[in-house]
Amino acid sequence: MEIIAQYGPWFIGLALVFGLFMTWGVGANDLANAMGTSVGAKALTVKQAIIIAAIFEFAGAVLAGGSVTSTVRKGIIDAEGLIGNPEYLVYGMLASLLASGFWLMIASYKGWPVSTTHSIIGALVGFGLVGIGPESVNWGQVGSIVASWIVSPLVGGILAFALMHSVRALILNQEDPFNAARKWGPYYIFVVGFVISLVTLTKGLSHLEIDISTTNSVFLSIGLGILIALSGGYLLRRAKRDLEAEKDQRFSSVEKVFAPMMIFTACAMAFAHGSNDVANGIGPLAAVVSIVGSGGEILQKSSLPIWVLLVGGVGIVAGLATMGYRVMKTIGTRITELTPTRGFCAELAAASTVVLASGTGLPVSTTHILVGAVMGVGLARGIGALDLGMIRKIIMSWIITLPIAGCLAAIFFFALRFIFG
Amino acid sequence: MAIIEIDYLSINSVTSNRYTMLGTNPLGRLFGPNPFSLLKQHMRLAKDCAEQLPALFEAILAGKRDEVLRLKSEIDRLENEADAIHKTMRQHLPRTFMLPVDRRDLLDLLDMQDKIANVTQDIAGLLVERQMEIPPGIQAPLLPFVNECIGVVRLSAIIMEEMDELLETGFSGPEARKVSGMIDRLNEAEQESDDTGAAVSRALFAHEDQINPVSVIFWYRLLEWIGDTADYAEAVGNRLRLMIATR
Repeated sequence: MEIIAQYGPWFIGLALVFGLFMTWGVGANDLANAMGTSVGAKALTVKQAIIIAAIFEFAGAVLAGGSVTSTVRKGIIDAEGLIGNPEYLVYGMLASLLASGFWLMIASYKGWPVSTTHSIIGALVGFGLVGIGPESVNWGQVGSIVASWIVSPLVGGILAFALMHSVRALILNQEDPFNAARKWGPYYIFVVGFVISLVTLTKGLSHLEIDISTTNSVFLSIGLGILIALSGGYLLRRAKRDLEAEKDQRFSSVEKVFAPMMIFTACAMAFAHGSNDVANGIGPLAAVVSIVGSGGEILQKSSLPIWVLLVGGVGIVAGLATMGYRVMKTIGTRITELTPTRGFCAELAAASTVVLASGTGLPVSTTHILVGAVMGVGLARGIGALDLGMIRKIIMSWIITLPIAGCLAAIFFFALRFIFG
Repeated sequence: MAIIEIDYLSINSVTSNRYTMLGTNPLGRLFGPNPFSLLKQHMRLAKDCAEQLPALFEAILAGKRDEVLRLKSEIDRLENEADAIHKTMRQHLPRTFMLPVDRRDLLDLLDMQDKIANVTQDIAGLLVERQMEIPPGIQAPLLPFVNECIGVVRLSAIIMEEMDELLETGFSGPEARKVSGMIDRLNEAEQESDDTGAAVSRALFAHEDQINPVSVIFWYRLLEWIGDTADYAEAVGNRLRLMIATR
């Protein structure tokens, strides 16, 4: 207890620095995946993407990220065994932040497709396992998280596959695809708005102590969905038919209709990314803040201070503005294969899956889900060539990330314990 | 060579980007170079190559030696470009790539396109190297036959331009039916060119005794090769039909 009282501001300061470092890394690389498609489809400029990211990442983290933050904060390490030594939990959280930030930096440099989420979870488990003991790890929770890493990309893929087929049936295979796109576009936008509002209202707001009944949530979500769909319908009506381009590619005007729809999926992706990746990046920071704030009390039920989420949002936007925009540009030009119709299906599927996972408090990887969704579009025979070797690389990155992040976290844990006592 | 250089560039930048800019970015590394846009480029070159043939025969008929040589080198150039894409595609289509069509069907189709350019080069080569002259007896039916065969090649090239639309609709639905109908017409056109070819052969047979016997042999071979351009063009369509029909 006295260690926390003595070094409290230090711990918070360190947690802030490490947390910013982490989220900066997320913004510099991870976020570009989520929004690069919309930039590539020329639905957004890089500048607009940064503004959307800033708003919706933050909104996602605040409105829908609570469950994920609390999973990372208190779901993985069973703090009960640490009541006598609350500072150990502080060291562990600091070590986990540092370890995953460190590992992400090495992996970025080496070009390995690792995930923030996997690094954080690996680090937490590693610190619990080595620093405290196997009994301190909530294995049931860890098991369901690991299962979600396999299930969530599959769900994203299946959704994208189904969406692609629905776009074909309703729009591309119609007599007049251009007008079919304008007719059905708002319905798809409605789905975007509805899914996100529903998850936010039913699952996200509880940590803000706003309680809305399920029925009310459904009605409210339908209302919000319609509102968003109407604004989308306005944008879609402005899409001009290009008969000259249609001679070359019959669906070029349809793509023009879908381009503004990618603005909505970009918002959705940023929101989803905020609800999951920002949330799990700042989970350890939130834990440190709450332990220090309560003077060492571990089992309190205090809610998450909003400023902690704000730090996450600032870190992410800083990362995006300093480095991420370049990655975004590169990806945008690289994935031209993802035309607006395909990109829309992939992003809508991925965003919905991530937001659903966030609602249940499962920290998943936005990027891996997006890869799964793109594979789903590919399985619908929609993409020229997809490198399936990527699946192997992603699985390899798990196998490497989990033990390494864990070992690093354990090492940093012992180092911090040595320094602070 | 401009088109191909760009493709090599983009392929190279994919590899070099793998370890720098894209960093931990699995999404940027997920996409391989689109084999269908390469396929389209290749078909355009094969068609451009075959389209030189009518002019080549006319130049020979008019005795314009310089024009003949110019057309021959143009055919060689186009065939070389097509060959380069052919090679690139075969090299950059690893088995780990998930394609919307069977990999072997895709490469088969590419081979058929390539054969159009190859046989065009053979025709031009034989005409120029052996300084073939067009026997008066077959002059009348020969050019219509060449034009008809090139027409079949053009038809197959028009069909291949539908590749983007096919990909967008997943090789199914009304678009696939439309392409299927185009292939039906391609089959008919090839049939007609066969009939014309038989007429030229009959004309050659009727005038055999007025032509140097060695030339007669080579003319039969040339007629066969000219017909081959249409045959391969038809085979392109039939391979595409296979892609639409399977799955």
